[in-house]
Amino acid sequence: MTLDLLRFTTAGSVDDGKSTLIGRLLYDTKQVFEDQLEHVAEASMRRGGEGVLDLALLTDGLRAEREQGITIDVAYRYFATARRRFIIADCPGHQQYTRNMVTGASTADLAVILLDARKGVLEQSKRHAFISVLLGIPHLVVAVNKMDLVDYSRARFEELVGEFESFAQKLSAMPGVPMGSALDLEGERRAGPEVTYIPISALEGDNVVDRSQRMDWYQDPARQPVLLELLEEVDVAYDHPYDRPARFPVQWVIRPAQARSTVPAPAAALSEDYRGYAGQLASGALRVGEDVVALPSGQRTRIAAIDTYEGTLEEALAPMSVTLRLEDELDVSRGELICRPEQSPTVARELRADVCWLNARPLRPGARYVIKHTTRSATAIVDALEDRVDVHTLERAPAPAELELNDIGSVRLRTSAPLAFDPYVGNRRTGSFILIDEATNETVGAGMVASATG
Amino acid sequence: MTLAAARPQLSHLRALESEAIHVMREVAAELERPVLLFSGGKDSIVLLRLAEKAFRPAPFPFPLMHVDTGHNFPEVIEFRDRRVAELGERLIVASVQESIDSGRAVEETGPRASRNRLQTVTLLDAIAKHDFDAAFGGARRDEERARAKERVFSFRDDFGQWDPKNQRPELWNLYNGRIRKGENVRVFPLSNWTELDVWEYIAQEQLEVPSIYFAHERAVFSRDGMLYAWREGVELIDGEQVFSEMVRYRTVGDMSCTGGVRSRALTLDEVVTEIAATRITERGETRADDRVSEAAMEDRKKAGYF
Repeated sequence: MTLDLLRFTTAGSVDDGKSTLIGRLLYDTKQVFEDQLEHVAEASMRRGGEGVLDLALLTDGLRAEREQGITIDVAYRYFATARRRFIIADCPGHQQYTRNMVTGASTADLAVILLDARKGVLEQSKRHAFISVLLGIPHLVVAVNKMDLVDYSRARFEELVGEFESFAQKLSAMPGVPMGSALDLEGERRAGPEVTYIPISALEGDNVVDRSQRMDWYQDPARQPVLLELLEEVDVAYDHPYDRPARFPVQWVIRPAQARSTVPAPAAALSEDYRGYAGQLASGALRVGEDVVALPSGQRTRIAAIDTYEGTLEEALAPMSVTLRLEDELDVSRGELICRPEQSPTVARELRADVCWLNARPLRPGARYVIKHTTRSATAIVDALEDRVDVHTLERAPAPAELELNDIGSVRLRTSAPLAFDPYVGNRRTGSFILIDEATNETVGAGMVASATG
Repeated sequence: MTLAAARPQLSHLRALESEAIHVMREVAAELERPVLLFSGGKDSIVLLRLAEKAFRPAPFPFPLMHVDTGHNFPEVIEFRDRRVAELGERLIVASVQESIDSGRAVEETGPRASRNRLQTVTLLDAIAKHDFDAAFGGARRDEERARAKERVFSFRDDFGQWDPKNQRPELWNLYNGRIRKGENVRVFPLSNWTELDVWEYIAQEQLEVPSIYFAHERAVFSRDGMLYAWREGVELIDGEQVFSEMVRYRTVGDMSCTGGVRSRALTLDEVVTEIAATRITERGETRADDRVSEAAMEDRKKAGYF
């Protein structure tokens, strides 16, 4: 049976039991290897553990982290069940590591937000939820952990659900909240992320892989999933390739100088005239024979062929990497976006975007950066800082003087060359960009386009 | 709770493959002098196939390079040369022996001597000599604890050093490969692949791998819980005996630090089955270089290792 792939983030503070949860997922699905268990057993003992396997130690990697006992960077974990392959982006919980949470969240289909049943909904949890939603994660799972320490109390669980729900309502009401890929029962796309609440105990194993025997109020398989079940069944990003318009950013032009007889010939024509536009479909689907346009140049043509190493295809679906051959000889190069003319993105040089600032040197109006958007790079000047978001209240304070490390705010930019983009809420690939400091080469900002301006 | 589509559009292997191809094309486009580090091991074999998928029908826009310790399994060297000839691509061999001869690296002595650490010197020298600004490697994040945190584009300073506190945020699939003169980037297209993914891909693509990956009879000795290949010049410690055993290799490193595992797996399918059932990580079972200390890999990466 073919497996598909789900990426999800886990976020929570050090004490919320996030590492224990991951350790439990890996352990209960039998992904943990014996030598890793040995290491953990030894380390658990060294740290004074009393014979209990500290599953959290399965996931702490770097020396500094192990010494301090905290997680300071995103770690990627891999496991699979019979139904699906998973990639976990395990993000640190501290405020100063927003940059890492944003990294992990950018490609995730789902976010697991951990609450400690005793402590309730902390500022940290709200921040994680906000970042998840801002970064376009369509599914949130709020895992209320440590149910064993609150006597598996239904009342406590429901109290926390209520508390988080009111925050979630605020998130859904935020302008520009990304639409989830989730379709509700009527087949309508709903605004905001889908949120599911699950009472768990990572330490004891309740409702992580196996259904808990200690919560008789949480036994309905139709409406009350256990965590792994949910992870196996949610939509992944590319389950509905026809739902979004086709977007093909040209990455690389393939132009063999001459035919090479020593190279095993793929099905594609091996001629001096061969000109293929190689890239990865960011969204949607393209068929041979379709009319397309290359933006921002505006050149029009038809798809003559879709090549892969295995041969030609009639149709390519996101996220395939393919090579397009076009009917006309155009001057198309890296950085152009190929799409259907009637489904074009916006082409503009002035835009408004939410930017998460990732660097110690703050963002100020008038500053200049390199902007990288799909396969296109240009220079960008910050025309204005429109507001800064308070991630706890979700209020936007107008006209800040600057954005500091870990701040998120709305920014107006002007670029040296036109970009072909979609609003981030519609398309995470063609609505996102990074800002790079020309002097230090650091990636300093993560941007999500709201709209063109001016 | 919405349910996923009944049939996934793309299998996980195809999704991972597409992501890796995308990474390789980004490097070709944004860096000027890349190189693909090819060891003849299974991960670099997969990298070659990905490079074919990414760049054919044109030649690769970069050469291949092997950092040769001089202690490689002969089967692997033979395989390497044959595969490179088949592809018609250019191979550079950087020799640890030459580094030793020119005084750039000092040979370890004693029964546990290995040239594994010396590879770092040879690698860095070769990168400097050819002015490479990017090097593709087959490393995966599931291999070992210190690699779980690696980015796909792993930034090395001009001393080849890796600073875990200073990695660049990597968002969406937007890679920032901008560097200054003298710096270089290690790129790991297989970052999200697991050992099992690699083997399933090899089976799917019908890729040839060196024969030592399959069970074969070999003269070995047991040390520190691992089975090492015996060869001319190996110093045995008291009590160690050489005996014959059916073994295969899960990973291909230098002969002096790679252990074989007892196995009856003679074919690709049998290897995949064994791995799917295995309870010990690839590196844990077979790499002496990682055992030195808990943070061994991390320390070697900070010094410029792969």
